Amino acid sequence: MIPHDETMILETPFYSRCLAASEINLWEDWKGYRSPQAYTSVEQEYFAVRSNTGVFDISPMIKYRFTGPDAEAYLNRLVTRDISKLAVDRVAYTVWCDDNGQVMDDGTIFHLGENDYRLCAYARCLDWLMWSAEGFDVTIVDETADIAALAVQGPTSCSVFKNMGFTGIENLKPFGITRYPFEGSEVMISRTGFTGDLGYEIWVDPALAEIFWDKLFEAGKLWGIRAIGSAALDMLRTETGFLQAGVDFIPAEEAIRTGRSRSPFELGLGWLVSFDKPVFNGRKALLKEKKEGSRYAFVYLDVEGNKPAEHAFIYAGDKEVGTVTTAAWCPTAKTNVAFAQVDAKYGKVGQELVAEIYYERELKWTRVMAKCTVIEGAVFNPPRKRQTPAPDF
Amino acid sequence: MTNKYDAIIIGAGHNGLTNGAYLAKAGLNVLVLEKNAYIGGATVSRELYTDWKYSNCSYVCSLLRPEIIRDLELPRHGLQVVPYGGGVTFKENGDYFGNHADHERLLREVARHSKRDASAYERYEADVMKQTRLIRPFLMRTPPDPTSLKPRDLKELAVLAKSFGSMGEEGLADTMRFWTMSIGDFLDEYFESDVIKSHLAGSGIIGTALGVYSPGTAYVLLHHYMGDVDGSVGAWGFARGGMGSVADALSKSFQSFGGTIQCDAEVDQIIVKNGKAKGVALANGNELYADIVVSNLDPKRTFLKIMDEGDLPKDVVTKAKNFKIRGSSGKLNIALDGLPTFTGLPKDSPLCLGEKHFIDSLPRMERAYDDWKAGTWSKDPYVDMLIPTQIDPTMAPPGKHMMSVFVQYAPPKVNGEDWTAEDKAGFEKTVIDQISNYSPDFKDLILHCETRTPKDIEDEVGLTEGNIFMGELTFDQLLFNRPFPGYAQYRGPVKGMYMCSSGSHPGGGVMAAPGANAAREILMDLKLTNTVPGGYDDD
Ligand SMILES: Cc1cc2nc3c(=O)[nH]c(=O)nc-3n(C[C@H](O)[C@H](O)[C@H](O)COP(=O)(O)OP(=O)(O)OC[C@H]3O[C@@H](n4cnc5c(N)ncnc54)[C@H](O)[C@@H]3O)c2cc1C
Repeated sequence: MIPHDETMILETPFYSRCLAASEINLWEDWKGYRSPQAYTSVEQEYFAVRSNTGVFDISPMIKYRFTGPDAEAYLNRLVTRDISKLAVDRVAYTVWCDDNGQVMDDGTIFHLGENDYRLCAYARCLDWLMWSAEGFDVTIVDETADIAALAVQGPTSCSVFKNMGFTGIENLKPFGITRYPFEGSEVMISRTGFTGDLGYEIWVDPALAEIFWDKLFEAGKLWGIRAIGSAALDMLRTETGFLQAGVDFIPAEEAIRTGRSRSPFELGLGWLVSFDKPVFNGRKALLKEKKEGSRYAFVYLDVEGNKPAEHAFIYAGDKEVGTVTTAAWCPTAKTNVAFAQVDAKYGKVGQELVAEIYYERELKWTRVMAKCTVIEGAVFNPPRKRQTPAPDF
Repeated sequence: MTNKYDAIIIGAGHNGLTNGAYLAKAGLNVLVLEKNAYIGGATVSRELYTDWKYSNCSYVCSLLRPEIIRDLELPRHGLQVVPYGGGVTFKENGDYFGNHADHERLLREVARHSKRDASAYERYEADVMKQTRLIRPFLMRTPPDPTSLKPRDLKELAVLAKSFGSMGEEGLADTMRFWTMSIGDFLDEYFESDVIKSHLAGSGIIGTALGVYSPGTAYVLLHHYMGDVDGSVGAWGFARGGMGSVADALSKSFQSFGGTIQCDAEVDQIIVKNGKAKGVALANGNELYADIVVSNLDPKRTFLKIMDEGDLPKDVVTKAKNFKIRGSSGKLNIALDGLPTFTGLPKDSPLCLGEKHFIDSLPRMERAYDDWKAGTWSKDPYVDMLIPTQIDPTMAPPGKHMMSVFVQYAPPKVNGEDWTAEDKAGFEKTVIDQISNYSPDFKDLILHCETRTPKDIEDEVGLTEGNIFMGELTFDQLLFNRPFPGYAQYRGPVKGMYMCSSGSHPGGGVMAAPGANAAREILMDLKLTNTVPGGYDDD
């Protein structure tokens, strides 16, 4: 018999520290974990990442481990990107599709060693992973609860780590992985994140989570370190153009209505599809789409004015051609940005569109028809994100 | 007192009352005749033990159409449906599966039994939701006759075709499989854990003389998922005061439009003259007249009991004889001196608010069906047990409780013979013993128990063989095939005679849709303004 489990909501390995840092006690449920929406003030937490260091507890993120002789072959069959090109100690962002070429989820693959990989995903997908494993000699383990993880992001994050004793961390390249001894064990650090800034993610044994947090915050004191919640993270990811599953697209298996799922091309993620690979899930359908054209285009919009275009309809002339999935005023880029799904032919960079925005001031609703332009990509994209050695600030 | 009405409805079940309400709302002078001393049929709350109210037959509410609740002002007439969540399936080894109301909590509990199943669960939910979305828009519509060339049928067929078409090629293939496959095979495509499969499979066999591996049971599951409480599709609730409050509210609504209900008035015969319905003859010899006669009885009773074969086309008699309406369910309603405890489950667990089952694998469920086929009640039955008094304070004194135990399977006859008192006691003991295995203090808390075999249900409620849905919910008896091909539009074979029971589309359950849909057809034939609302849109 499997032991009963009476806890109604889980706590991450950092929970005691998150709780202590929380001034306003604002929590949400992230995949069954009690997770902070904000600790003090969303704005301050946002700016911590853009000018100092912000720490976000990503432990609830779904994590799977793949080992065995066919691990690489298996993953290469599963995802759209060519994983055979991913060197050991490197990380790749990718999507994976169903047989119809519809995106099931996006996530990151960590190449930890030969035929040893970790996948970080938005949604649970063990069932799909197991179905896809038929015929492959690969072992798949859900290790979500076995690893504590933090995103440590912002211009001073490298300095914080150096101060913590992680010598040479500045030489870690974007999407690289390195390891340092820690408390008789090891901490794994990857130069990855969801903020579009200089930043790292750390992966550690849950037993060492609290001590890691304490040492990190001690080391970060002089560099303005602070804990951030999901509300600030959402602003950060919007400014830097990262899609959020469940917000900017519906994972194919969760879509109930026909036609509501999207292909990688329709999400602006065509660059993740590698047709050089002879087979991968969804290849046939994606090839067909590439030939015949997509139904939709995912666009970044620069929206006139300062009213966030949340849930706005998008028009080309009088014609309704799409809707906004994510929108925000970006405090660093000082731009009003929106992500939208539009009919494919309106997706070209430079296309002029109109957003129908409703906003409220003291119970009075106003409608504006704001001009917007399809832009290339992220409005926030600082050199420090890419520089190696990582700069000190 | 007059003996002439515009319309006479035979049976004060919830569908008869709904039908009556809409006809009366349209201005007709309507009489509802009920054989029992009380109304409601299978939607009834009775006090059989002082200060305790039982939901004697139906016990939970989800299918009742929100359009009708609102339109007939049932809340104003006293109806309140309170949703509940949770649920437990106990395992033989002392463990259980908890069907938590909170989604993430539920997935973690699924993962406790199988991590893979936790991710399959979301696929399962999405796939079932696809099917419910297909069927829901047709609940408040009259099924088209696929062989007819009438403009209305063609239009309705087009609506049906469009709806199926919108599923896409793959979706359509899935749908065809879903409507014909067994619940066991369906669940096997998603889950590996026995207890999760058995927890979900119950909805595929409730009220059905089929086993978890019999084709057609996947649809039966849908029948339990297609309702909603306040828009939450698939949710179930308690009618405050028991299911009788549904019938009570409907009767008040009906009476507010000037309708009359007469209890203790068993109809013996529908009077037909020159091929037209003219009224009814009561068992007490009285005759009452109306040009519209509506039957709230199941198809077998309607055509084989209260109509004269000579008044009917032969095909209807044959079809009624062949109609599948096999009794397969029994029920125990129990007054409890306190709240029983369940082994391994904290007394204050929110899981206790929902239903409990004590069978933990599909093979065990299939064996329960084997017993039924062999002519007896299941020795290890599937029960759907609830204690509504944890949420509803009106059904038992404070601190005391009422337990509703639905039992699958129980045969209409035991080994081909009528149920004896001994059989009934044996049936009762089987069920109480099964629950006691998981609740040591349960037996000592029992103050009174009403045990209902299919035979009791038939005798009292008038459901042939005690079939709770008034006919199996298999595709040969659904949509334009319900009750029989050619008679799915609520019109009987005799002019002026109509059908409004669960034996017609969309079938059994406390739904009120057959009653409302039949009223729409009657008003159309009378060229009166329609009073029946259309269905809400899901999108
Ligand atoms: C044990 C049991 C449990 C159930 N559980 C649920 C549940 O939890 N949820 C749910 O949604 N559904 C449930 N159902 C199904 C649901 O209750 C029925 O499908 C529904 O109530 C049938 O309604 P009806 O109006 O069509 O017919 P009925 O309720 O059967 O009404 C027919 C009426 O006609 C009367 N009558 C019969 N013969 C004559 C005559 N000759 N003259 C005059 N009157 C006559 C009867 O007395 C009865 O009042 C259950 C049914 C049973 C039996």
